[in-house]
Amino acid sequence: MSNALLIQNGRVVDPAQNLDQIADLLIVDGKIAALGADAASQAPEDAVKIDATDKIVAPGLIDMHVHLREPGGEDAETVATGTLAALSGGFTSIACPPNTNPPIDSPATVALVRELAESARHCNVYPMCCISKGRKGEELAELGILFESGAVACSDDGSGIEDSELMRRALEYCLMFDKPILCHEESAPLAKGGVMHEGLVSTVLGLRGIPAEAEDVMVTRDLTLAESVGARVHIMHISTKGAVAAVRRAKARGVRVTAEVAPHHLTLTDEELRSFESNFKMNPPLRSREHVDACIAGLVDGTIDAIATDHAPHAPEKKDREINVAPFGIVGLESALPLAIETLVDSGLLTWSQLIEKMSLNPARILGIAKGTLAVGADADVVVIDPTLEWDFVESEMRSKSKNSPYLGRRMKGRAVATIVAGELRFDRR
Amino acid sequence: MLYTKENWGPVPSGWTRRRLLGLQELSSEELTILLDLADRFRKNVLDNPENARKISLLNGKAIVNLFFENSTRTRVSFGLAGRRLGADVIEFSAATSSLSKGETLVDTAQNILAMGVDAVVVRHGCPGAPRLLAQNLENCAVVNAGDGAHEHPTQGLLDVLTMRQRLGSLEGKTVAIVGDIAHSRVARSNVFALQKLGAKPIVCGPSTLVSPHWAELGVEYAYSLDEILPRVDVFNLLRIQLERQVVRPFPSLAEYAHLYAMNAERLARCKKDVLVLAPGPINRGVEITPEVADGPHSAILDQVTNGVAVRMAALWATLTAVAERRF
Repeated sequence: MSNALLIQNGRVVDPAQNLDQIADLLIVDGKIAALGADAASQAPEDAVKIDATDKIVAPGLIDMHVHLREPGGEDAETVATGTLAALSGGFTSIACPPNTNPPIDSPATVALVRELAESARHCNVYPMCCISKGRKGEELAELGILFESGAVACSDDGSGIEDSELMRRALEYCLMFDKPILCHEESAPLAKGGVMHEGLVSTVLGLRGIPAEAEDVMVTRDLTLAESVGARVHIMHISTKGAVAAVRRAKARGVRVTAEVAPHHLTLTDEELRSFESNFKMNPPLRSREHVDACIAGLVDGTIDAIATDHAPHAPEKKDREINVAPFGIVGLESALPLAIETLVDSGLLTWSQLIEKMSLNPARILGIAKGTLAVGADADVVVIDPTLEWDFVESEMRSKSKNSPYLGRRMKGRAVATIVAGELRFDRR
Repeated sequence: MLYTKENWGPVPSGWTRRRLLGLQELSSEELTILLDLADRFRKNVLDNPENARKISLLNGKAIVNLFFENSTRTRVSFGLAGRRLGADVIEFSAATSSLSKGETLVDTAQNILAMGVDAVVVRHGCPGAPRLLAQNLENCAVVNAGDGAHEHPTQGLLDVLTMRQRLGSLEGKTVAIVGDIAHSRVARSNVFALQKLGAKPIVCGPSTLVSPHWAELGVEYAYSLDEILPRVDVFNLLRIQLERQVVRPFPSLAEYAHLYAMNAERLARCKKDVLVLAPGPINRGVEITPEVADGPHSAILDQVTNGVAVRMAALWATLTAVAERRF
């Protein structure tokens, strides 16, 4: 047995090599062995063959923002169920924020998540560690030890860091590790008690609003701090036109900033809240049309580097409640790809190569992991996508333990049909 | 004339809803059906000595008052409305319920339904909670008695009914809703009803409580009460909802009263036949002074009587929609 996979006749899209053409791809022993004309001839006799005619063959998708909930939130998701949902959605690598219980602020917790991922043997998992001890925003976590133990980056996701001095010190401290700080940008006093975006709809519904400024002021502050310190900063789940504009200006000045946006901030507006359905409640909240348009424009012009789902599972007994008390967040791993295809590629806003850049290459670069390409010698993490497959997004199709999605019942177009991690066909929908 | 089930007549066919969740979703025709019914209940039942305030339109029906927030007058008003129609009214309040044991709203609703209840009157601190409840209650009427800062449809109805009785048509009339607009469900239900009836609502209050977004709905907003006094036909003076405020929107109640209290001096600068409403409970000396509350321009107690009539209309209309499967 030679342990080889030959993916034939697919449209290979690999932005790292500036490649978009029909080609064969050969995988041997977990690595990309050959690409193009000589792939088939080099393939061993017993190589497993995958016919990718009319399919996209791309580096496995990378979601840099997935809440796996373990440890502490196993009623909503586990590392095993979350990583299976990732495979189902075409993702071969994910990064998970540290707002678990306990939070990931010790090497033991980093190790726990990594071991759970290894034993699940689905996709690659890169845990983030907290910026501050206990994610309390008071003192720095032991970042050096945490990075050494395998934390891919640091973040206090779930809360903003109110203390500007602590934020500046964290940025300075990370300079010596060359690790990015992933920022949840939210001013707690401005967002206090808020349930949805502050605007016309919140005014009509009598729901307390979270103003766009709660995000804008923190993004602006962190860009200022990152610029003066010379540090790398990454803006998580960007959602406002003000934040997009600030990142665009900062990039023009040469600030080392990157940004991600979630599919729901590209596809839904606060109008949805008129239903009072808690599956439209997330943080940052669904914004009004002008903000959604600004996020799309920012993604198209390169201001926003990555699409990340902010996959946030919640058990139904907690989520299916009155909107004031339901927790923030929705699942995203299994709807991200079709939503991105429909909103961005089918509409002509992005090419396939640009989409794969946003969903694989750029997240890999931001996280500093050697992924996101199909170059010969690279890890064989590959997704085969049927871009025209139509399917219904229903609960029974979901691998995530939680089903809290606002897209339930929607007809989708485009889906991952085979997901390969380290040369193994780990998810096969063909 | 004595009115009975036999000579009262049907709910107009234009009414098909088994839920009254808010006034925004009603057409002006539906709104008028409820107001006309309420008018008839007021004149022919509540104020009619022969009827002695009773008509047995809902004999055998069970209505539960499901109140997750404190209330005195709305709860009593609904209870009385149900009993005046011959229904049995059961009281349920969150303090004595199993909600403190972690039972969800939906579980509670299903338990109540299993007991065989025909209508649920619900008050809840969270906007949209009556809708969530209604989605889980088959073949049951649901009437919103106030959901957070969202809507309070029967209060909106009784306010416009009182205005209509005093002014005739509301077409072209200017109605100022003054006070804590941001946190008031009464403000929202009033605005939606007034717009549908052709009136011109103004929302007025401190700039921290009056969103410019109201203009996008075609509603005038104003910060100065003094400036609008001479051109308003009706004032509806809201209470300050301290319990719903996350942050203090103005420095003190004394400053609020200084800027917004309807007092004799301000009343003197209004149109001479101006009408003054307040949804209650009123805070004498804050949004309204005693000489105005108890004076000839005040319709406050009339509102309370109309409240029973409006709730009789809402219960009869929604329960009829269920009984006749109109929805």
